[in-house]
Amino acid sequence: MKPQPVLSVGANAKALRKDAQRERLLLFGLSFPALLIVLLVIVVPVGWLFWLSLFNDAGVLSTYNYSRMLESKSYLRIFKTTFNVSFLTTLICVLIGYPLAYFLSQISRRWAALGLIAVLLPFWTSLLVRTYAWLVVLQRKGLVNQWGIELGWWETPLRLVHNLNGTLIGMVHIMLPFLVLPLYGSMRSIDFDYIKAAANLGANPTKAFWYVFFPLSLPGLLAGITVVFVLCLGFFVTPAVLGGGKVIMVSMKIETLIDLFFNFGTASALGVVLLVLTLGVLFIAHKLVSLDKVLGSGDGV
Amino acid sequence: MGQEKALPIKIQGVTKTYGSIYALNDVDLDIHSGEFLTLLGPSGSGKTTLLMVLAGFNRPDCGSVRFGEREIIRMPPHKRDVGMVFQNYALFPHMDVAANIGFPLKLRGLAKEQIRPRVDEALATVQLEGYGARGVDQLSGGQKQRVALARAIVFNPRILLMDEPLSALDKKLRERMQIELRHLHEKLGMTTVYVTHDQREALTMSDRIAVINDGCLMQLDKPRAIYDQPANAFVANFIGESTLLPVDQNGGAPSFGGVALKLAQGSADGELLLLRPERLIFLDDDDRAEFNRFTGVVREVVYQGESFLVYITLAGGYEVAVRSVSQRHSIAAAPDVGDQVVLGLHRDETVLIEGSTDGGMD
Repeated sequence: MKPQPVLSVGANAKALRKDAQRERLLLFGLSFPALLIVLLVIVVPVGWLFWLSLFNDAGVLSTYNYSRMLESKSYLRIFKTTFNVSFLTTLICVLIGYPLAYFLSQISRRWAALGLIAVLLPFWTSLLVRTYAWLVVLQRKGLVNQWGIELGWWETPLRLVHNLNGTLIGMVHIMLPFLVLPLYGSMRSIDFDYIKAAANLGANPTKAFWYVFFPLSLPGLLAGITVVFVLCLGFFVTPAVLGGGKVIMVSMKIETLIDLFFNFGTASALGVVLLVLTLGVLFIAHKLVSLDKVLGSGDGV
Repeated sequence: MGQEKALPIKIQGVTKTYGSIYALNDVDLDIHSGEFLTLLGPSGSGKTTLLMVLAGFNRPDCGSVRFGEREIIRMPPHKRDVGMVFQNYALFPHMDVAANIGFPLKLRGLAKEQIRPRVDEALATVQLEGYGARGVDQLSGGQKQRVALARAIVFNPRILLMDEPLSALDKKLRERMQIELRHLHEKLGMTTVYVTHDQREALTMSDRIAVINDGCLMQLDKPRAIYDQPANAFVANFIGESTLLPVDQNGGAPSFGGVALKLAQGSADGELLLLRPERLIFLDDDDRAEFNRFTGVVREVVYQGESFLVYITLAGGYEVAVRSVSQRHSIAAAPDVGDQVVLGLHRDETVLIEGSTDGGMD
């Protein structure tokens, strides 16, 4: 065995170490602006929010804002509605989005790109415009009801808007791409040889799907579910416009509290609770699959 | 499962086109029950396409494939009951080794307690006892290869297909696995169809080799016959090193450079003379009547470790290579550049091949 050389005194050791250090510094320098913005725009306001939530209406330090939330049935109902709407939106997105992503992942990349553009197309128009467009389409004398009645599918106009139906239709439409994109990526990365191997070993197409394809698509699916659910929890515009005041979500309550009652304390407390619940959801997702997969590409293999 | 361990495969008139390109062109091939048959050809020759037709992953335009008596050309892959080792192994990453190997048994409705011993047995067969609980990504390339093999044989298929299973391994391991696969085949006895582009691998492992090029079967024979008596210029060039020289037919008395050739028995037809470097020797006296003689000038000598490769320009401008083993005592015998030499080719190794010099060259 050759004796180990003394590293610190080898030729150019000092200069090489300096080079490595400079590279690390450069890397940090590149991420610095973003880190600064995160600090200024997220960490500071959230801290301030938390601070505000600790004062009651009289400006005295207390836990009144939080205890009120536990005691009042109306706040509990709002949180229930928020989770309900988020859950249903996510569920419908999965039921619609999984087959869509599967289809896109099985066709040639060129056609799949077209399909993805179609999925993403709504992103290129304003959220507000799209939401009001749904209002026009879904209302009592809107397109859907006109056609449905003319074609004889139903006789009296369906209540498609200003209620939970409208909220869900609008939110699913907006959330679908957030589910389809990570799921598609995850499905694309599944080597088709796995499916072939399953078939060769005796799995009919249904079994090959459930035993092999579905488990391998799970990281992407969980990533999509997490993103959609978390975005739904804080959603405002769509439920506000299409819910017709009948579907009150946390974000809408916060808006009312500030806009109408100028009650920053309670609004802040609501915000803090929503944030904690959201972090809870992310934590559970992290327990199911590691967080880098949820937030990352959702790479299945 | 039937009594017999293996099934014959009968391929008739299988054709597969992609646009105007024939991936398989009217292929007929009889594979005997229990034999180790290699489909050998360059990339894009159609050998993998043919294997995928057997596995059911490629739907040909027409033709017939029978496993035993049974026509299977339209049978979906999951009903074919053939084992297959994929080129990249295709081990399921979300299952451990035991679950991978037990998967085909689970699909066949076996209970857990029936699956366990058979998985262990398969692991023992590929010399991986105790690896059942490992994750797939914890395995080395060679181990993955063995697990893939165990998964392909655990349900006792009577036909085993392998798609370049050793191509991802390094040379030493590959050579060891070649021998192991060969022994395993002898032990299990299933009909094995093996795809490779590596001619040495094919020669080492096979009972018979089917050489395929441009979607056509070029030759089907035992390894020795493929090497010693190639059916055409393509096979001669693809397998081993060779030089092909044009021969004057002279109405049944072929000659090269004006000198009549002494031929091996049964090799009178053909327009090309096959010269392999290791079959040529340097002659230094005139009295060896059983040899064909060629004179030339040494152009270059290349030392390759176990041997020298000597390039010689023959009269008429033809280039041939001669391999001479580099034993210390024979180094003195290795000629120098510019030397006049006489090459000898034994009459039993003097073989003519049909075709022209420019045909089938890569």
